[in-house]
Amino acid sequence: MDTVILSRIQFASTTIFHYFFVPVSIGLALLIAIMETMYVRKGNEEYKRMAQFWGKLFLINFAVGVVTGILQEFQFGMNWSDYSRFVGDVFGAPLAIEALLAFFLESTFIGIWIFGWDKVSKRIHLLSIWLVAFGTMLSAFWILAANSFMQHPVGFQINNGRAEMNDIFALITNGQLLVEFPHTVLAAYATGAFLVTGISAYKLLKKQDVPFFRKSFEIAAIVGIISSFGVAVAGHAQAQYLVETQPMKMAASEALWGESGDPAPWTIFANIDTDNKTNSNEIQVPYLLSFLSYSKFSGEVKGMNELQAEYEQKYGPGDYIPPVKTTFWSFRIMVAAGSLMIALGVYAIYLMWRKKMDKPNTWFMRFMFWGLLLPPIANTSGWIMTEIGRQPWTVFGLMTTEDSVSPNITSGQVLFSVISFTAIYAILGAVMIGLFIKVIKKGPYAMDNEHGESHDPYNKED
Amino acid sequence: MSLNELWFLLIAVLFVGFFFLEGFDFGVGMETQILAKNDTERRVLINSIGPFWDANEVWLITGAGAMFAAFPHWYATLFSGFYIPFVFALLALIARGVAFEFRGKRDSKTWQKTWDVCIFFGSFLPPFLLAVVFASFIKGLPIDGDMQMYAGFFDIVNAYTVVAGITVVLLCLVHGLMFTTLRTLGDLQERARKLAQKLLIPLAALLVAFVIMTYNMTDIFDKRGTLLWIVVALGVVAYLLSGYFMTKKKDGYAFGMTGAVMALSVASIFIGLFPRVMISSLDQAFNLTITNAASGHYSLKVMTIVALTLLPFVLGYQIWSYFIFHKRVHEKEHLEY
Repeated sequence: MDTVILSRIQFASTTIFHYFFVPVSIGLALLIAIMETMYVRKGNEEYKRMAQFWGKLFLINFAVGVVTGILQEFQFGMNWSDYSRFVGDVFGAPLAIEALLAFFLESTFIGIWIFGWDKVSKRIHLLSIWLVAFGTMLSAFWILAANSFMQHPVGFQINNGRAEMNDIFALITNGQLLVEFPHTVLAAYATGAFLVTGISAYKLLKKQDVPFFRKSFEIAAIVGIISSFGVAVAGHAQAQYLVETQPMKMAASEALWGESGDPAPWTIFANIDTDNKTNSNEIQVPYLLSFLSYSKFSGEVKGMNELQAEYEQKYGPGDYIPPVKTTFWSFRIMVAAGSLMIALGVYAIYLMWRKKMDKPNTWFMRFMFWGLLLPPIANTSGWIMTEIGRQPWTVFGLMTTEDSVSPNITSGQVLFSVISFTAIYAILGAVMIGLFIKVIKKGPYAMDNEHGESHDPYNKED
Repeated sequence: MSLNELWFLLIAVLFVGFFFLEGFDFGVGMETQILAKNDTERRVLINSIGPFWDANEVWLITGAGAMFAAFPHWYATLFSGFYIPFVFALLALIARGVAFEFRGKRDSKTWQKTWDVCIFFGSFLPPFLLAVVFASFIKGLPIDGDMQMYAGFFDIVNAYTVVAGITVVLLCLVHGLMFTTLRTLGDLQERARKLAQKLLIPLAALLVAFVIMTYNMTDIFDKRGTLLWIVVALGVVAYLLSGYFMTKKKDGYAFGMTGAVMALSVASIFIGLFPRVMISSLDQAFNLTITNAASGHYSLKVMTIVALTLLPFVLGYQIWSYFIFHKRVHEKEHLEY
């Protein structure tokens, strides 16, 4: 295999793995900040315990997110050096700002939060977790500013054979960023929220620490439903932006070969034949694609064949159609998972509103437990659609993936790194799940005597 | 000063800061196997760097990010050229970072020992590999006219770079030991100080060897002779003072001096490089410099405004966090890890 394919495998797998942890960090940080705020305002120790219990899971998760993030920063240079040379001027700036503005903030204040429970005042401690939550969001903003440039390059000119920045404000008001950022961050809040409701549902089913987990469930369900709705709204805006700026990705995500017709129907299912460029057994909802694309029930959407011809004229000969099946199905999986999240969230709110949380249906709680998998599924498939749908480009219209790879690395080297990183990530994933289960099984009240069971004789004095 | 020069300086400062700060927590990480006699001591050591190590590592991440933004060609040539060393450094940093968080989470000897091994290698390999990389910077590397580096094993790993690697590792250890004297009490503190004193002689031998080899094998003394000799002289003074303060048990000053030796060593690499950022061993004309490797003027200007606005805050709250946790870690208190 050549270095392009191997580097793509590495980038895809390490990014997907990294992105299991990032949304959980962003989402849990917010929830913990809310819980601790309630503690500081009401003085109820139960809320402090909530912040600490969910904080344990947050920290385990945060550690993996941070260490896998370092690789993300380095592999642009390691595997994609020609890409880095070409866009470093524009792309490097948001990355550097992310480190300077967000990473320092997060890492310093997470230290104060972990070790500062009895060393700083309540308010400073609370401020620390809010700053961590704010930092994770800032970090998302700047990395998405960089990603948005790849989707929709703005604020640059081509000089000396590379992209040079000429307008930073264009970069941070990129239309792509303005739809991608809310979509991604709200999805992250939903991820944290559904993790908390999922784990709480499990404990409620087991009838363990019921008041504690019911309260956690309720706080998270509120955050969960607000953010899931928000994700859908922002996602709609993003789809419309997509039609304008990356019509090929939109067409691929619809498996739309020819013209859509007006009004355009939305395809739920299709048997896609990429060789003959046709679909069979389509199941369609009339009007829906027009609505998705233009917020009205009319309007035509361009198909891949037409776009391919347009792109060939514009960019020269080549294949500009991304992997259609992957784009099509990842989009549908994302939408399905998102819809289920909204449905579960609505029912949870209904139960709370009718004060039926004392005796929720066990089947519903089982759904809520498995529901914790929905956000990661939606997040991952969303990213796959966004990144695969952009192929063959790394920077849309400017640079292809083929041209981005480092010319001086060998396939042997990349094979070695793919295997090593996959191995270490597999171990980390397994260990993390194990630790999560352990913390959850122990529950929030085990923390009191937890340190007593270590080998350390001094700890019992705590 | 031009913006290119300013960004070269800022990147140098970020790496000096990284080695000064993460240098001591790398050292403490190594101490967990060298100095600690039992699990309690190991936990005291890890807790002493607990609130800091993550932010210290961000100095490296910011340094690499600044390189990417200000000198994309430097970043691209460096990271693709040193592919395998960076794979190992990353694996080590990944294992180390999670090890701090994971080791105390299960009550099993094997579990803790496994993560302790990760902490040791994770604290030893990155400074070693980074020093190897930095030393080969000034020695020169096979970089062609397209700024592509095709280095063989011996271009990267040779007597000179290995000496640099061992020197920096030992320097981190001594620096970490002095940090331990500041954050612990009693027997552990005493042993840390004694070990630091013992290591001063081998460290001196390595530092002298490194300076002699640098003088013979690189051109940096020809290019920046006067300035570099001043740095070397300052290094000798800082070094002697660190030994003096150790014997007087003035740990804070001694820590400052071991840090100064570290800072001066890293700074000397950047001084020797300037205005080059990577030296080609094939042809002087292929050198990457602060001009031909840099971003455009607009980009540098934007970055300068952002950096100069943010840096005071970043430095402010980092210093504040050291102030919050200035008290010594006691084995009788709640140990997080």
